[in-house]
Amino acid sequence: MRFGGQWRSVAREAWDRSLIMAKFLCLLHVVDTYLCSSVLVYGPSMFPTLNPTGDVVLAERVSTWLGIVGRGDVVLVRAPDNPRKIVTKRIIGMEGDRVTFLVDPARSERCATIVVPKGHLWIQGDNIYASKDSRHFGVVPYGLLQGKVLCRIWPLDGFGSLQRGVWF
Amino acid sequence: MGTISSFWAYTRKSLTAGLIAFTVSDRFACISPVRGLSMHPTFNPHTTSSLLESLMDDHVLVEKFCLEKYKFSRGDIVVFRSPSNYKEKHIKRIIGLPGDWIKVPHQQDTLKIPEGHCWVEGDNATSSFDSRSFGPIPLGLIQGRATHIVWPPQRVGKLEKRLPQEGVVQY
Repeated sequence: MRFGGQWRSVAREAWDRSLIMAKFLCLLHVVDTYLCSSVLVYGPSMFPTLNPTGDVVLAERVSTWLGIVGRGDVVLVRAPDNPRKIVTKRIIGMEGDRVTFLVDPARSERCATIVVPKGHLWIQGDNIYASKDSRHFGVVPYGLLQGKVLCRIWPLDGFGSLQRGVWF
Repeated sequence: MGTISSFWAYTRKSLTAGLIAFTVSDRFACISPVRGLSMHPTFNPHTTSSLLESLMDDHVLVEKFCLEKYKFSRGDIVVFRSPSNYKEKHIKRIIGLPGDWIKVPHQQDTLKIPEGHCWVEGDNATSSFDSRSFGPIPLGLIQGRATHIVWPPQRVGKLEKRLPQEGVVQY
């Protein structure tokens, strides 16, 4: 009888521990999806704002949710041509804006102008020579926005806001 | 003192419940009501107008596991954010996947769906705002796949994949 009681207490303890663990994971998930999360960003498209070798940035989800992102913000966007990939770009035009851009800056000076339709954004990388962005896939719906980059947290000497990019 | 501690315990309990509910609805599945007639007759077979009748709107179980790989098949019913207003969510049926050719209504030519996009249409062609008006949508807008009707009780059941006969040209 005592043996059974011992097992029961062990089982209860294990259950309590796993419940606490599950609650912790839930908290982690909610913070990650609704407040902020740290993201590793790499690739040449945002050079020189972000290093091509990789930066860890802090992204917050609240302002995309409330709809208060604006021109010049660096944002995380789910790539329209591949939903499994998330890219980092800068917002150049909001809905209703007239955007003029170089179609192929490496080869020609040809410009094109479009008006961003309702509920869409025009996003571009800071490095216009090595960035696959709205110049290739066109405007992106606002619903693809995953977050706004607040600041760089790694490497530590580059810690700080990314708001003052080459565009402004 | 007793009221404060019981209030604290109550707050903690409801916070925990909220956290778990959010996690489950984001990761696994959630239930959402279907309003409007765009998917008639699959959803909302009876036209509803009054407040009481709108309580009997169909509610569907939306599973989220499909969001890990973004693998969908033609005929799936999906919930997605509207491309023109991110606050709205629509429920429509996937008609075409990347690489398919779609015959655009009221136009002569066929259109190839670009990489990472899909073509969605409502079952009720006469009152549906879908890809026929805004074109193909990115798969990244999809928020989940509707699998079952869970409310009202007499309509509980599995949703099956179904494709309209005309319009799609597949290669």
